[in-house]
Amino acid sequence: MIKLSDVHKSFGPKQVLRGVNLEVAKGESMVIIGGSGTGKSVLLKSVLGLVRHDSGMITLDGEDVTRAARDPFLARFGMLFQGAALFDSLPVWQNVAFRLMRGQLKRPRNEARDIAIEKLRRVGLKPDVADLYPSELSGGMQKRVGLARAIAAEPEIIFFDEPTTGLDPIMSGVINDLIREIVVEMGATAMTITHDMSSVRAIADKIAMLYDGVIQWTGPVADMDSADDPYLHQFITGSADGPIEAVR
Amino acid sequence: MAAPIFAPLATIGRSVITLLAGVGRVSLYAANTVSHLFRPPYYPREFLIQLMQIGFLSLPVVGLTALFTGGALALQIYSGGARFNAEAVVPSIVAIGMVRELGPVLGGLMVAGRVAAAIAAEIGTMKVTEQIDALVTLSTNPLKYLTLPRVLAATLSLPLLVAVGDSIGIFGGYLVGTTRLGFNPANYIQNTLDFLEPWDVISGMIKGAVFGFIVAIMGCYHGMNSGKGAAGVGRATTNAVVSASILILASNYVLTEVFFSA
Repeated sequence: MIKLSDVHKSFGPKQVLRGVNLEVAKGESMVIIGGSGTGKSVLLKSVLGLVRHDSGMITLDGEDVTRAARDPFLARFGMLFQGAALFDSLPVWQNVAFRLMRGQLKRPRNEARDIAIEKLRRVGLKPDVADLYPSELSGGMQKRVGLARAIAAEPEIIFFDEPTTGLDPIMSGVINDLIREIVVEMGATAMTITHDMSSVRAIADKIAMLYDGVIQWTGPVADMDSADDPYLHQFITGSADGPIEAVR
Repeated sequence: MAAPIFAPLATIGRSVITLLAGVGRVSLYAANTVSHLFRPPYYPREFLIQLMQIGFLSLPVVGLTALFTGGALALQIYSGGARFNAEAVVPSIVAIGMVRELGPVLGGLMVAGRVAAAIAAEIGTMKVTEQIDALVTLSTNPLKYLTLPRVLAATLSLPLLVAVGDSIGIFGGYLVGTTRLGFNPANYIQNTLDFLEPWDVISGMIKGAVFGFIVAIMGCYHGMNSGKGAAGVGRATTNAVVSASILILASNYVLTEVFFSA
């Protein structure tokens, strides 16, 4: 279980997280929603230790993430980045098999390539994509490769940072379905951040809404539409009127 | 609130503190990088790629720079030396000037322009596109995977580039000396060899190693600390080249003091 207790984070004078409390149970798909610049990415990166939180505690299965041995800790995670974050200098298959070609999970090159091709197939890409470079792929294909990389080492926990940003609605639907299928199939714990409501409905078991540095509302996705929280209501209806200030 | 009279002092103080903080950050970054030399895992493939990128592919620019500098140096010394009938010293001054000073410094500056800029732009782009974060999530330390191979490759290849540049520079002087200034080819070579000492060559190569280290560290540091967007990467690239060039010139003076002051 991932547990965040009273997590604070500031960048200079700007307080981004002001006491976040959140629990994500094992095998659960938690989606964190909120407007741009509300600290969703910071929250995700704090769990991974990419950003060091100022105070509060983040634990994974009861262990403080800041004290955990880094390599075994990170080996439990896979992450799909907003822009896929593929390594330009490596062909697609080496991007996917990156973790399988070095460190504790190192395998023979041929075996790593075979696993990469199988993962590419799993996300709907043909084997001939394996030898292309990321710059030769469309945005949707890059996201799929990023997804294949995130699942290559079969992690227990997968993070998705804005998985559908920049994609057309059809490709967004494809990626959402893939994420849902893969998370269910692997039995993985998933944490997704997005402001795309179609992603929320496709991916989430539970949602948490981040606003003004705190979790304003959390609950099962089925309760989302009937919830009486004004912040949540304004966000899911996309209304300009409500407690969330809309700058025009 | 400080009195207005102290405002200039406060500005100077802030600038000094900012400068010292920057020096401290770069020093820590460099020390941290070097410490990874003694802590596996290592990435030999990345090192070999960088050896090719930084060392081998810098040969043309370093070679051409040395060739023209050696030729120009021969002309300058000849015309300057003519004022006190010292034209005969052209071969020895070209050789000593190239291997002690111009070879390493110009080679270092040319590599700073080519390599520090390329490293800062590449790593800066990786930073803004979250590739550095992706490396971390894939259990790979960016200092080990990106910085150390580049620093090691630059530190080891610059002395060799300097040695090659020295030879080409001396050859440039030889070409001008024998074709334009009327030197006898055999005498030119003999004069060069007679006055050149091993320490002249070795000191230049040591300078090259230091300059290589500086170039790669500044490229990586500014890339890793790049601001967001194209403007941020552009600034990181400029800062890498400028800081590497200034540090090369400053460290050249210090090393020359250490090696050659009486």
